[in-house]
Amino acid sequence: MTAATAPSQGRFQRLAEDMRRSETRWAFLFLLPWIVGFIIFTAGPMVASLVLSFTNIGLRRGFEFVGTANYDRLMHDPRVGLALGNTAFYTILHVPLAMAFALLLALMLLRVGRASGFFRTVFYLPTITPYVAVGALWLLLLNGQVGIINQALGAFGIDGPNWTTDPNWIKPGIVLMSLWSLGSTTVIYFAALRNVPLELYEAARVDGASAWAQFRHITVPMISGALFFTLIVNTIASLQVFDQVFTMYFGRSNATAGDRSALFYVIHLFNEAFVNFRMGYASALAWLLFIIIMIITFIQIRLSKRWVYYEND
Amino acid sequence: MALLRARGGAGLLALLLAVTACSSGSTPSPAGSSGGGGGSPAASGGGGSQSAGAPAIQASGELNVMGFDCTKGDDIATNRIKDFKSQYPDVTLKCAEGGLNDQQFLTAVQGGSPPDLIYMDRGKIGTFASKGAIQSMDDCVSKAAIDMANFRDAAVKQVTFDGKVYGIPEFFNVVVVVIDNKVLKDAGLTADDIDTSNWDGLKAANEKMLKKNGNKISRIGFDPKLPEFLPLWAKINGVDIISDDGKTSNLADPKVAEALTFARDLVQAHGKASDFFAARDALSADFFGAGNPIAKDVLGGFPIEQFFLNVMAGSSPNVDITVKAPKAKDGSDVTYATGLTWAIPDGAKNKDAACAMAATMTGKDAWIKASQTRADQRKNDKKPYTGTFTGNKAADDEIFNKIVDLSAMPQFADAVKNTVAVSDKAFGVPPAGGGTEFEKAWRDAVNKVLNEGADPAQALKDANTTAQQALDSGGG
Repeated sequence: MTAATAPSQGRFQRLAEDMRRSETRWAFLFLLPWIVGFIIFTAGPMVASLVLSFTNIGLRRGFEFVGTANYDRLMHDPRVGLALGNTAFYTILHVPLAMAFALLLALMLLRVGRASGFFRTVFYLPTITPYVAVGALWLLLLNGQVGIINQALGAFGIDGPNWTTDPNWIKPGIVLMSLWSLGSTTVIYFAALRNVPLELYEAARVDGASAWAQFRHITVPMISGALFFTLIVNTIASLQVFDQVFTMYFGRSNATAGDRSALFYVIHLFNEAFVNFRMGYASALAWLLFIIIMIITFIQIRLSKRWVYYEND
Repeated sequence: MALLRARGGAGLLALLLAVTACSSGSTPSPAGSSGGGGGSPAASGGGGSQSAGAPAIQASGELNVMGFDCTKGDDIATNRIKDFKSQYPDVTLKCAEGGLNDQQFLTAVQGGSPPDLIYMDRGKIGTFASKGAIQSMDDCVSKAAIDMANFRDAAVKQVTFDGKVYGIPEFFNVVVVVIDNKVLKDAGLTADDIDTSNWDGLKAANEKMLKKNGNKISRIGFDPKLPEFLPLWAKINGVDIISDDGKTSNLADPKVAEALTFARDLVQAHGKASDFFAARDALSADFFGAGNPIAKDVLGGFPIEQFFLNVMAGSSPNVDITVKAPKAKDGSDVTYATGLTWAIPDGAKNKDAACAMAATMTGKDAWIKASQTRADQRKNDKKPYTGTFTGNKAADDEIFNKIVDLSAMPQFADAVKNTVAVSDKAFGVPPAGGGTEFEKAWRDAVNKVLNEGADPAQALKDANTTAQQALDSGGG
């Protein structure tokens, strides 16, 4: 036995020993439904799509391996660049704004005492509204001529833009719409805020710390775990936004401006897969998105070491 | 937190796979359906031509239909379904709810479990046929003794691809020009001033009819209905956007650019295109109800499918309108036809029952019976019946000459008369493999011109290249 194999043999030995314990066996038994579901509904299709990305499979067309042709194609597809740019624009705006507003709402919830339950429900309701209904509703709210948003801006003397028909304002309009459903992020922050020990604030007040200093040096570090989690989840979700945007700009035959401005990556992928039925190419697009999401998430995790505080650190 | 700290690629991969699977928006879900609606649309419809008597084709067993909601459609649909069930008592009808969802249908075909019959937009025949999603109905036509010569020419052309019939047409929606007489009066104009063959006159009329205050548009003058009606404007200017055989794109023809330029100018007379389209969305919020833009006098005139006559007759019968056929620049009447069709998917198991249903639903007798029932019901409800445009000449003749009675509503009587008259002059975009991408190419060009200020000739030239590639590749 060499030194190189000794550690791995030790690991397997430990695993084998663990499995002999009935506790471990029961744990895996309870995990089995999720593991089976994961293999069948997630891992399996992912492997299948990876294989398909190297073929030109389409509707009623046989299975022919084409090597990296799909990946070459996406590198030269101008709509991929457009879709990635639109998606990145949306993500960069949406994620920080969503986190900031959700934190603001959560801080406000802390102050209302017993009424927090009612307001928590109110804030969460938009999250459970069907996305298609949200898209249709916001088309009216954001209408540049008669929508409520511009009427409200008009009350402050601001001539609002054409959020739904001006190519330059379509994406900001979509970001605005996305800030409506912050319920789940707010609830997470609210729970995290309630877990911050009050003694820390008392000690800080005794030392003469201002409200801002308390927020910066106590609140944010203590809820940084929740902030980090929502950063990851919201980033991933933003990079895959589809439902509302498709309803607003691709579900109508007379839609005009949104065709380019609102072409988000998953919409382009959907069109290639289910409109043009170029499944192989769509699979390649899906894997490109997966790689991008992985890289971004990896960077976020690496950077988290600088600002995320865990109590047992 | 322990999970986040998992070491090695395996832990990170597991996290990412789990989070990717769980995050919202990761599963595309078709938000819109296309093709025919469940049951008949609000429009009146088209028909077939089988004579009464014993069914020409024998059918039994289960029949799965997609795109036609057999229970929730309007009376024109449900009465014909009753007819079919009485003629074929041995057929068990199973209809999926709602209109045809392309993705659902194509996935079913790819997965080897297609429905037996679909009800779809005729405009997709080329795309579906070239992908092998639907099969030729030549056998069905001869087995069921369907005489295709009885259908409108434009409808038959739209269901014929590569010399084979791929659908039995139903409905014949033609475009007419609807004009609000109150707006005309207010602008000091007459109906003669709204003439699609006289572009200078129409531009002037548009400017007189529109009303705006800064960038707030309170009344649209003449809406050219871009992007969807570019084929009509091109035809008015004397050119088709695609060859008759559906294989050659004509988007680069200078006359198409002229048509697009003219239509763009009508839009830009209102200000920025984004202001115009926002106003159009706002003013059309209740398009199918009593608050439709003609009833509210916020639209001077526009080309629109004739189903809108039904909408107005039902929801705002007191509108003061003139309806005329679009005129080409050479003075001839012209109109753009669309509609629906029955088609049999590739791999359908019960083709005989599918054929029987397609033949029965488009049968002349079924149409006449359903139309008469509707006319009687409308009379009882004290509402007008503006007729059903079936796509079948014989059925249309009988419906409009013997059943429809609009003597109490002379404006609608004239409107229907003009619509019937122009139906013979209709054209449709021929089916093409790659038809979906072809349409996308010209719609993109129109959007670039309207929203990005692109030069129409250059935008169409670029679109022509993309479009021709799509037609050449057959959409593959």
